[in-house]
Amino acid sequence: MIIVNTQEHPWHEGMTVQVLLDEKGYIFRHIIVRVNGEYVAEEDWARRMIRDGDDVVVLHLTAGG
Amino acid sequence: MGRILKSYNYEPGKIFRGYTGKSLYINVGDLRIEEKEVTQLMKDKFIGGKGFDLYYLWKAVKPETQWNDPENEIVMSCGPLGGITQYSGTGKTLVAAISPMTDIPVDSNAGGYFGPLLKFSGWDALELQGKAEQEIVVFIDGNKGLIQIETAEGLAEDSHILAEELTRKYAEDEKDMVNVSVVSAGSAARHILYGMLNFSFYDPRRKTVRFKQAARGGLGTILLDKKIKALVVRFKGINPNLNDVADIGLINKIGVKYHKEMRDLDEKQNGMRKIGTANTILVMNKYDLLPTRNFQTGGDPEAVKISPQVFIENFLTQGIHDGCWYGCTMSCAKTADHFKLLTGPYKGECVTVDGPEYECVAGLGSNLGVFDPQAILEENFYCDTYGIDLISFATCIAFIMECYQRGQISQEDMGGLDLRFGNHEAVLELMHQMSRGEGFGPMAGLGIRKLKKVFAEKFGADPQLLQDIGMESKGLEYSEYCHKESLAQQGGFALTNKGPQHDEAWLIFMDMVNNQIPSFEEKAEALHYYPMFRTWFGLMGLCKLPWNDIVPADNHLTDIPARVPEHVQNYVDIFNGVTGMQIDKAELIRQSERVYNFQRVFNLRMGSGLRQHDKPPYRSMGPVSREEYESRQDLYDKQLREKQGLDPEKMNLDEKIAVTRKYREQQFELLTDAVYKRRGWTKQGVPTLEHLAELGMDLPEVVEVVKQYL
Repeated sequence: MIIVNTQEHPWHEGMTVQVLLDEKGYIFRHIIVRVNGEYVAEEDWARRMIRDGDDVVVLHLTAGG
Repeated sequence: MGRILKSYNYEPGKIFRGYTGKSLYINVGDLRIEEKEVTQLMKDKFIGGKGFDLYYLWKAVKPETQWNDPENEIVMSCGPLGGITQYSGTGKTLVAAISPMTDIPVDSNAGGYFGPLLKFSGWDALELQGKAEQEIVVFIDGNKGLIQIETAEGLAEDSHILAEELTRKYAEDEKDMVNVSVVSAGSAARHILYGMLNFSFYDPRRKTVRFKQAARGGLGTILLDKKIKALVVRFKGINPNLNDVADIGLINKIGVKYHKEMRDLDEKQNGMRKIGTANTILVMNKYDLLPTRNFQTGGDPEAVKISPQVFIENFLTQGIHDGCWYGCTMSCAKTADHFKLLTGPYKGECVTVDGPEYECVAGLGSNLGVFDPQAILEENFYCDTYGIDLISFATCIAFIMECYQRGQISQEDMGGLDLRFGNHEAVLELMHQMSRGEGFGPMAGLGIRKLKKVFAEKFGADPQLLQDIGMESKGLEYSEYCHKESLAQQGGFALTNKGPQHDEAWLIFMDMVNNQIPSFEEKAEALHYYPMFRTWFGLMGLCKLPWNDIVPADNHLTDIPARVPEHVQNYVDIFNGVTGMQIDKAELIRQSERVYNFQRVFNLRMGSGLRQHDKPPYRSMGPVSREEYESRQDLYDKQLREKQGLDPEKMNLDEKIAVTRKYREQQFELLTDAVYKRRGWTKQGVPTLEHLAELGMDLPEVVEVVKQYL
């Protein structure tokens, strides 16, 4: 199990940041990802592995509308 | 040609550091034209823009004033930063009046050239009071220092023709057309309460007049009730420092940096320059936020048919600068050019459609069950040229459609129109009926609040159901976001001054997706900061979009990325650079708080503005119907278990709906308590005398009103 934006989410082998975003349906282009507090740049999403127990923050930026 | 009823010559006020120091009063009833001094108190307490609008409106009306009384005013102002050309989004005009929808002050804003040209013609604000005896056009020539009130005979009704006629009439030649801006409504605004105002600007590349709208709250209805067919301003001589700013170097520097961001980052971020605000349609659909069939659900598989790509590839002209004021590199005002109309009085004609913006695609599209881009653009065009507030229309018709779907009203009640979800032919016919003042058009143009009464009393509809599914608060229709799962946004719509419009706060991602503001106190802080911050745009004459629809590349490294701190600092610096004052980020919020609290007290003065007036319909908060609950049963059942400690397996559907409702309504009350406390208000929503004194807004006339409620 991992934490995504303070909520539990099932973890599995081979989970990258991009896989997680796909699972969550996070298609918004304007987001910031941090894994255990560490910023992950967009170009690294496909290769940055997520480990069981990680704390992931996916910050959707628009406070706009 | 119109007959001149009144001619008035003036010496244009010299602009100094963003202000002309003068405002213009026109009484269209007795043809009085007066110049007023903009006082230091006005600048200190009300700043400009919406602040000046509310200041003058307060003085003009009495507590018992109705929207169609002659003393009601339409007030316009563009603010001290309005008209600078170095930064994006600096051409807004703020408009206020007592609204026919809400009976309290409404403020709405528009791009287009009118506000800046008005200021450069010598006026920080324009008040329009009285009712003319016959239809008139008010013309202001800022170069000649001339104001004329003329009769309006022979002019077209609908804005796309009327504004073109007037632009040609008052421009000295073809090249001068860019120096003319027209404010007008349209034929439907005569017959409905949510008529809107079109603000024009001439596009020399397309050789056509285009529009932005001050759409909310029935301002176009008031304009025509005053028998003002149009306002026209002409000013030639735009240059980068007409505001005579204190530090042009600083403003240039900030502007250059911002434009570079736009050039480098827009493509990667929101794509505003390709599609404008409609870039978010599929995002909203994916996150269950796209209002569908009267906000019953937050998305539909058919949404792909109205995706941004569909509009870009098939309709929208690309590669042309599309700013609605000089210097805006965001350029989000898109158009569908050479668009062939299939219905109505202009059937067969090819026109330029300004849009579609997000609210248009969501409101006239998914929320009406319409997933046909051609139909949406045609609805968009007719809303604009007829002078119909697109958001109120869409949300109101969605309500009517659901009433029809649920058997609360019949086809016969709607004059034979088959207003089922998805029937865009009937939607367009209804618009045409509004234009002609025939059939079901005028009744549908009353807005949801009045329709609830009509449907219950005349057609025997269930008042409780109407209350639950009618998406209005304070009499104004909700804008187009399905926000049931964001408690903060429920407050962002209902705990507002003018009614549920997202220009005060849009907290859905922050609350529902990011889970950044889980406690009531955190939500309340957001419902303090963002409405105050966003109010500031309305004081200045600025567009909100450049603030956070593009952000600096290193924004993620900042302490609160959602606030886009670098851009907030840009605004502080631009304000200081224009006015020569020295404010900081905290004072920026204070400036807004003064006007925000004044507007709250203004609501009290008009008999509203209390806790009881801040209630949302239940459709805003949770699932009204069985189908809605079942559409997200897993989510709602999970919430019953985790938030209320209940076992959904032991409950039938109606019981689950009932306990969910009770819980959510309680949550909203707790949120209201927290927000009022943070804003310095009593539990009934009244600003305290201490808070007003702390803000420096304990003006005698304000205190006198507040004391009645303490």
